[in-house]
Amino acid sequence: MQKSLHIDPAKCTGCLQCEMACSYEHTGAINPSKSRIKVFDFEHEGRKVPYTCTQCADAWCMNACPVDAIVLDAATGAKVVKEAICVGCKVCTIACPFGTVNYMADVGKVQKCDLCGGSPKCAEACPTAAITYVDADWTGLDRMRAWAAKANTAAVAA
Amino acid sequence: MGWNRKVLRVNLSAGTCTPEPLNMAWANDYLGSRGLASKYLISEIDPKVDPLSPDNKMIMATGPLTGTMASTGGRYTVVTKGALTNAIACSNSGGFFGAEMKFAGWDMIIFEGKSPKPVYLYVENDKAELRDAAHLWGKTCWEAEETIKRQHQDPLIRVSSIGGAGENQVMFACIVNDLHRAAGRSGVGAVMGSKNLKAVAIRGTKGVSGIKDFPAFLAATNAAKKVLADNAVTGQGLPKYGTQVLMNVINEMGALPTRNHRDVQFEEAGKISAEAMHEKRPSDGKAQLVTNAACFGCTIACGRISKIDETHFSVKNSPKYWGASGGLEYEAAWALGAANGVGDLEALQYANLLCNEHGMDPISFGATVGAAMEMYETGILSKEQIGLDAPFGSAEALCQLVEMTAHGKGFGKELGLGSARLCAKYGHPELSMSVKGQEFPAYDSRGIQGMGLAYATSNRGACHLRGYTVASEVLGIPVKTDPLTTDGKPELVKAFQDATGIFDSAGICVFTSFAWTLADVQPQLQAACEGDWSMDKLNLVGERIWNMERQFNLAAGLSAKDDDLPPRLKTEPAKTGPAKGLVNGLDKMKPEYYKVRGWDSAGVPEQATLQRLGL
Repeated sequence: MQKSLHIDPAKCTGCLQCEMACSYEHTGAINPSKSRIKVFDFEHEGRKVPYTCTQCADAWCMNACPVDAIVLDAATGAKVVKEAICVGCKVCTIACPFGTVNYMADVGKVQKCDLCGGSPKCAEACPTAAITYVDADWTGLDRMRAWAAKANTAAVAA
Repeated sequence: MGWNRKVLRVNLSAGTCTPEPLNMAWANDYLGSRGLASKYLISEIDPKVDPLSPDNKMIMATGPLTGTMASTGGRYTVVTKGALTNAIACSNSGGFFGAEMKFAGWDMIIFEGKSPKPVYLYVENDKAELRDAAHLWGKTCWEAEETIKRQHQDPLIRVSSIGGAGENQVMFACIVNDLHRAAGRSGVGAVMGSKNLKAVAIRGTKGVSGIKDFPAFLAATNAAKKVLADNAVTGQGLPKYGTQVLMNVINEMGALPTRNHRDVQFEEAGKISAEAMHEKRPSDGKAQLVTNAACFGCTIACGRISKIDETHFSVKNSPKYWGASGGLEYEAAWALGAANGVGDLEALQYANLLCNEHGMDPISFGATVGAAMEMYETGILSKEQIGLDAPFGSAEALCQLVEMTAHGKGFGKELGLGSARLCAKYGHPELSMSVKGQEFPAYDSRGIQGMGLAYATSNRGACHLRGYTVASEVLGIPVKTDPLTTDGKPELVKAFQDATGIFDSAGICVFTSFAWTLADVQPQLQAACEGDWSMDKLNLVGERIWNMERQFNLAAGLSAKDDDLPPRLKTEPAKTGPAKGLVNGLDKMKPEYYKVRGWDSAGVPEQATLQRLGL
């Protein structure tokens, strides 16, 4: 079963445990400035929204890369940057409509979410289940269940 | 190691920013944040210094767990000699600023001297420079933060600043970071203002890499997070209701100080409670509370984000206050509400917004209004002197007085003195509900006896965060004690005071202690920090910090007579509720407490105590 990250902003408290976990997994340091998932704080509306790569099936970044440094991880569906190949041209950062591929000036490469090889640390770290890792074909399952629960159909004994 | 091992020393008089290594011997003895910064301060200033003179220093400090995935690991403290109290001040704040300081590579920033003109400190990792703040001076905390981010074209900068209150040296001015978190008490904002330092802006991209044993640290922090999640207070009560969960509880106990502590129960407590914040308003069909919110790394998320009623008289012509913003916490709701007999939830939210915007401690502000209202009702202050009718219960008066104090207009200037100076000025010092010049928080010590001792002996003046025996006396954490007796309270107060020193010095939030004991903190510290951080060591360090602060206060000229409560709490019995007929038994508890502390009858630590603590 393919899985994907599923984000429910209504559950996010803005604690940034996801950013810490992501940066630690990928850099060995607790460093939200290097996180591939970012929590945005729309303070005047009182909303916090975690945002990261959705792993497009036909990915703009992968198509745009002139040196084939972005490759498909067949096991997870993640589009993964091969740092050894990346030349830091940034074309992928332009191609991505969502802004989720970003250039790291200090190392001259781009970075993006790679789903941590199938166990995304952001989801593991999230204390409120605002970020979950679920069946990619059923990301709407919880919402469907919630609506189903509201359906006004009384149980009838057979 | 949890420390960056690096201190930034900013000499405001000379305009210099100089890095220096952290004194690791001191870190080993005082841990970090509150303890370590206090050690620096005490070693560097004359205890008798005027808090608002250039010779006072101000330290912003993180702890070893600040900027880590330890739950609530985002705290920093501001340590200085307090403007309000003339005692050691240590104000603790959450938000995101503290973690950013750590990510920029610093453990603490020491400010000394006084800038000849308004400046702000800009820190980008190793780079630190003082910049002109002429364009920021006079701006609110909110405007200053927004202006700095725009000017640097960097929305990710974290800012800590003072508003007009700090600039004008309102004695209870605070330092506000991330819009609505604050190093709130003791007038630390006035000290910052006296140095012509408007703001500190930090961007850190280095991160924290020096955790001693990362796998052990992750295991320890995960285990501790589970304890928080599984606990009814930290896992359910605080996220849903915030600290406001206490309003009805404390009122029912007869320990909700009302109308300047004349009463111990507020008939309108329900209207300003957590439950009321959840209720839909008739005007717009919406609840005041929008959502809860977390500070950096916090898995509790007790913070309140609220929207004020746009039709309320205080804001109907001021759309700038209509957006979501920091909402009422228990202490603010009490001080602005019950302490003044005001039961208008929206008025309290308005006053709270202005406190955040202009950088004022809502506890001391609200309690000072309470004292002024009592002086108005008893004829000590006239309508002409105040400039308006100010009886207890007047939401209109509260809203006008918060504006006048924030802007330093009229009687607002006098309120800005704090209740101790205000009441003394008008010949009635006994009406100030304060200890060491600092106003009480939201627990009446006639109904919660241990808190009387905790307030009287708090090193930073009346405070609930130095020894929160409410946890034990009301909530039964870690064991239930009888709130109406003084029995065992000296030991209880000491235990809470010493343990709290460790929470504060580690860089985590003291609210974790609703669920955590030191035994939950210890493995996290041991995995993060080099050296021995056993339980024995932590207990010793906590007690050492308390005694060090005490010695500073004694050297500053305070004595046992300052470990006292206003006469009202010792002579006027509670009128209603479970504590009816009781006064606080401080005079019974205090000598016993001194003994338990290993202090002489004058409250001075005995030589043997100092030796045992390595002081």
